[in-house]
Amino acid sequence: MKIEQASVAKSNPVYAEALVNWLYQLADDELVIGHRDSEWLGMCPDIEGDVAFSSIAQDEVGHANFYFTLLHELGEKDPDALAFSRPANSRRNALLLEHENHDWAYSVVRHMFYDLWDELRLKAFSDSSYFPLSRGAARMLREEYYHSLHMTTWFVQLGSAGGEAKEKMNAAIRKIWPDLGDLFYIDQEKMLLQFGIIQESSASMKEKWEEQIKGLVQKAGLTWPGPVPGVQMNGRLGEHSDDLKRLIETMGEVYTLDPAAKW
Amino acid sequence: MLTEEARFQAFMDRINRGEKIEATDWMPEEYRLLLIKLIHMHGVSEIMGAYPEKEWVPKAPTLKRKLAIMAKVQDEVGHGQLLLRVVEDLAAPLNKTREDLIEDIYKNKVKFHNVFHMEARSWADAGLIGWLVDGAAITIQASLLQSSYGPYARVLKRVCAEESFHMKHGESIILALATGTPEQRKMLQEALDYWWESLLFFFGPREITPAVDRMLYYRIRVLTNEELRQKYLDKYVPRIQSLGIKIPDPQLRFDREKNCWVYTDPDWDRFSRMVHFNEGPKSRERVEMRRQAHEDQRWVREALLRARKQAV
Repeated sequence: MKIEQASVAKSNPVYAEALVNWLYQLADDELVIGHRDSEWLGMCPDIEGDVAFSSIAQDEVGHANFYFTLLHELGEKDPDALAFSRPANSRRNALLLEHENHDWAYSVVRHMFYDLWDELRLKAFSDSSYFPLSRGAARMLREEYYHSLHMTTWFVQLGSAGGEAKEKMNAAIRKIWPDLGDLFYIDQEKMLLQFGIIQESSASMKEKWEEQIKGLVQKAGLTWPGPVPGVQMNGRLGEHSDDLKRLIETMGEVYTLDPAAKW
Repeated sequence: MLTEEARFQAFMDRINRGEKIEATDWMPEEYRLLLIKLIHMHGVSEIMGAYPEKEWVPKAPTLKRKLAIMAKVQDEVGHGQLLLRVVEDLAAPLNKTREDLIEDIYKNKVKFHNVFHMEARSWADAGLIGWLVDGAAITIQASLLQSSYGPYARVLKRVCAEESFHMKHGESIILALATGTPEQRKMLQEALDYWWESLLFFFGPREITPAVDRMLYYRIRVLTNEELRQKYLDKYVPRIQSLGIKIPDPQLRFDREKNCWVYTDPDWDRFSRMVHFNEGPKSRERVEMRRQAHEDQRWVREALLRARKQAV
């Protein structure tokens, strides 16, 4: 089955509901991490790194815009309303992505963990039954390739440099580990698989992810913290920390002055 | 063997013929020092110029504006990088490195433009910076395309092309506000009221200072501060007026007899102190941010050097 456009998807309400639900999970991940990335502007370890990180931030927010546009085509509100005016409890991003940037080590480790997951996830719908989504996946995969290349390079170099850098990287991994659970959680997964919206299960992707990360941790001379924990709080179901509430407040500061105004 | 005097004369002949001087060419010490001073300040201004708008990156009110302002601030940092690369070459014989050029910012050894000491208080300010501050920067930089120093002139080609995008980006934000709600128009008027004086100051004092005089002599620059300010007023006064907002200077008019704009002088003394002693409303805070960015991440730069050594 291939569904070429939104109007056809909408004619099957169960399909459309699963698709919409999935797109929110993707859009919110990208928006939140892109926003956090952009907070590094002017603060990176060197100017070259600053320029690079900003390109990644723009890619991520661009991807969020793509997913929000698909949602709008499926009958949801306009992309700006979806990005700026939904309360925290309706956001579906993984918890890890909403946390503040902390230090460079935390930001690098988090980004690499997310990028490798995102790459697997994009591959899982690069032949999706929903054609607008699979077409987008092809384009985004080209960009994500460079994100993971960039972040794995940082990861391996900072780890293998030893000393303070290695300590900070190990500390970042330990700090991130307990927050990982819901990253791999896919809400309504059975439906998505059944409809061919995605074509690989989260369990199978998670296994690949662990294998890749294990390899990189080893290559960087860092410490593997043990089994990846299960879901505690679940961002995919709207459970979030105060970090996300603050992020949404900041992001919407101008928008909410007058949501009817054109900005 | 050329005498010192003949070598200098040959150099000046090249400049007067309109030739470009390259990084590896012989140049008088004075020429080198003037270039370092000018381009270092320019590069650092681009980097410090990222901060006022950076404050509005997380708050941009639509997804498109968010993407645009991120790209815009990224460009500014990128210009800083290009310009510092030019200074690094010039300063290499003086044993100055990139690290020194950045540290000079928080050791108060290099100045940056007055506008980047000011507050960006609202989204209108963020738009106005893109439109009128970048507009002012283009006016100056376009004239520097003719600079006698080749590497600087070439980098400026790209800088000018990108700055004109920024000007369009700012103009687009401003147009949305100017045609928006009464609240949005009020926000815009307040932005212009706040920024006008510092925009006039941006071009520097009316009189030709000794340093500017030497830069004109070497054709590092080709126009005076006042010539540049007049060009800017020519271009932007009608544009601002067409939006129906009021320029906060009752004396401002075009004098047909003298063929120039008459304007109320900015508070030269106040702005000059701001630039020389970091006494502006945001100077200290932003210099501190730059210090933090550089010092707090020193471990990262050191680790990369170690990792590269190990890889060899």
